[in-house]
Amino acid sequence: MSITIKDVEHVANLARLDLSDAEKEQFAGQLNAILKYAEKLNELDADGIEPTSHVLPLANVMREDEVKPSWPIEKVLRNAPEEEEGQFKVPAVLE
Amino acid sequence: MSKYETVVGLEVHVELHTKSKIFCGCSTSFGAPPNTHTCPVCLGHPGVLPVLNRQAVEYAMKAAMAINCEIAEWCKFDRKNYFYPDSPKAYQISQYDQPIGQNGWIDIEVNGQTKRIGITRLHLEEDAGKLTHIDGGYGSLVDLNRVGTPLVEIVSEPDIRSPEEAKAYLEKLRAIMQYCDVSDVKMEEGSLRCDANISIRPYGQKEFGTRAELKNMNSFRGVQRGLEYEELRQADVLDGGGKVVQETRRWDENQGKTISMRGKEEAHDYRYFPDPDLVRLHIDDEWKARVLASIPELPDARQARYIQEYGLSSYDAGVLTASMKLADFFEESLKHTSDAKASANWIMGELLGYLNANNLELDGVKITGQGLGEMIQLIEKGTISNKIAKTVFKGLIETGKSPQQIVEEQGLVQISDEGAILAIVDAVIAANPQSVEDFRNGKEKAIGFLVGQIMKETKGKANPGLVNKLLVDRLNA
Repeated sequence: MSITIKDVEHVANLARLDLSDAEKEQFAGQLNAILKYAEKLNELDADGIEPTSHVLPLANVMREDEVKPSWPIEKVLRNAPEEEEGQFKVPAVLE
Repeated sequence: MSKYETVVGLEVHVELHTKSKIFCGCSTSFGAPPNTHTCPVCLGHPGVLPVLNRQAVEYAMKAAMAINCEIAEWCKFDRKNYFYPDSPKAYQISQYDQPIGQNGWIDIEVNGQTKRIGITRLHLEEDAGKLTHIDGGYGSLVDLNRVGTPLVEIVSEPDIRSPEEAKAYLEKLRAIMQYCDVSDVKMEEGSLRCDANISIRPYGQKEFGTRAELKNMNSFRGVQRGLEYEELRQADVLDGGGKVVQETRRWDENQGKTISMRGKEEAHDYRYFPDPDLVRLHIDDEWKARVLASIPELPDARQARYIQEYGLSSYDAGVLTASMKLADFFEESLKHTSDAKASANWIMGELLGYLNANNLELDGVKITGQGLGEMIQLIEKGTISNKIAKTVFKGLIETGKSPQQIVEEQGLVQISDEGAILAIVDAVIAANPQSVEDFRNGKEKAIGFLVGQIMKETKGKANPGLVNKLLVDRLNA
């Protein structure tokens, strides 16, 4: 399994990233290195081990349905690139 | 009759009315100033951890059981990845391959026929934020109050065969959710939302045709109209020798048509994976039993009981039980009268007529079940006539006073005194010799005019049975 330039372009497109050709080469190389590292796990003998979706042997961590204070609006908008009428303002995104 | 068969599957989103959001303590109440119900968790700030709201899980279980789903013993949450400003995390926490409920069904009734519609799955997820497009389409404002409101998505099998069945399915689903008390289920406020997959195929063909996905149908009528438009559009395409394209189309209520939303041909690629921030959910038998016990009598059972206990027709019982509030109102009235059929008739005729004409809900008028029951008692006792009752009923709706009080205040007590009525009968006979003549010459209709005159004289308060009897006696004398 290896990541091609085409795969990088696909993922970049989904993430709305505009990458240069050099960056595509660079990320393809880095992503392949990550996959190769993760592939080490295949060397383990996992026969007889039940698959799990989580590393923690825990279930049902829940809270009661209680309202807690939200953040003040100034704090909420502190990182907004632009704001208007208490809302985040972003470039038009029409689907 | 079209030569095509319509095939529809619905995806319905129901907002669960918990007090706080699914993964944080922010309030879910509707209508707050933008972004004032947000915190680092629902804003998607780095380093925060979601914690699951137990009530949201129980509401989802309740909803799933009420539509006859099998409940998963184990399930998990997954990230559905997409980039859009309505989701600050750039993923929605949802359930991919292990939904809370699967393989359910509900029964609908169309044209007197009962039909079972299969339910593929019900899963729990979080809602997204709200965008408002401004500056002539050059900018968008983002309100994240709704992010993290718990939702269940209910996906039906492609068992629906007409827009009418789709509407019946949606109405039944709404009623069940309302009875379970898991949601406000108001399409206008977005707490019930519906997308549809629709395709057509020649009758007899086994394979499904190419489907279109319809969005933006914001009312029950919109769902029916959108589907009606789309089945005709697809038939036109096929009849013209063309092919239906798989695409998403938006229902435009004002223009009365569906419009393609296809910008790019790009297939969705959500790259689901298990959310490492949330541990698995284990639903044991004890928990299931506890939630199951909290489900009240559902619409179908209540409808069956009304047919059995009160002798109502299936249709009448269906109308009364389509809304829990209406069914409760009906039952309240029966504490004050034993005439269930009369109560059903008043509710379905006068009450629903008034609500529809004025675009109101039951809680927007002042009448109570007790008021209706007592009014029916007054009719039974002969205190008021059926005709006068209509005036009283209007008073019940508009003032909320008791029927006794309305009758007294407006002097509506029925005149059942023979002597008093006879005097008026004689006066009317004397004043209308032509009609009397006509009647005696065999023109039976003339009597209607005379009765009308007598009722007019008494402002409708004369006991109609008595008026008829006395008038006929006098004319035949």
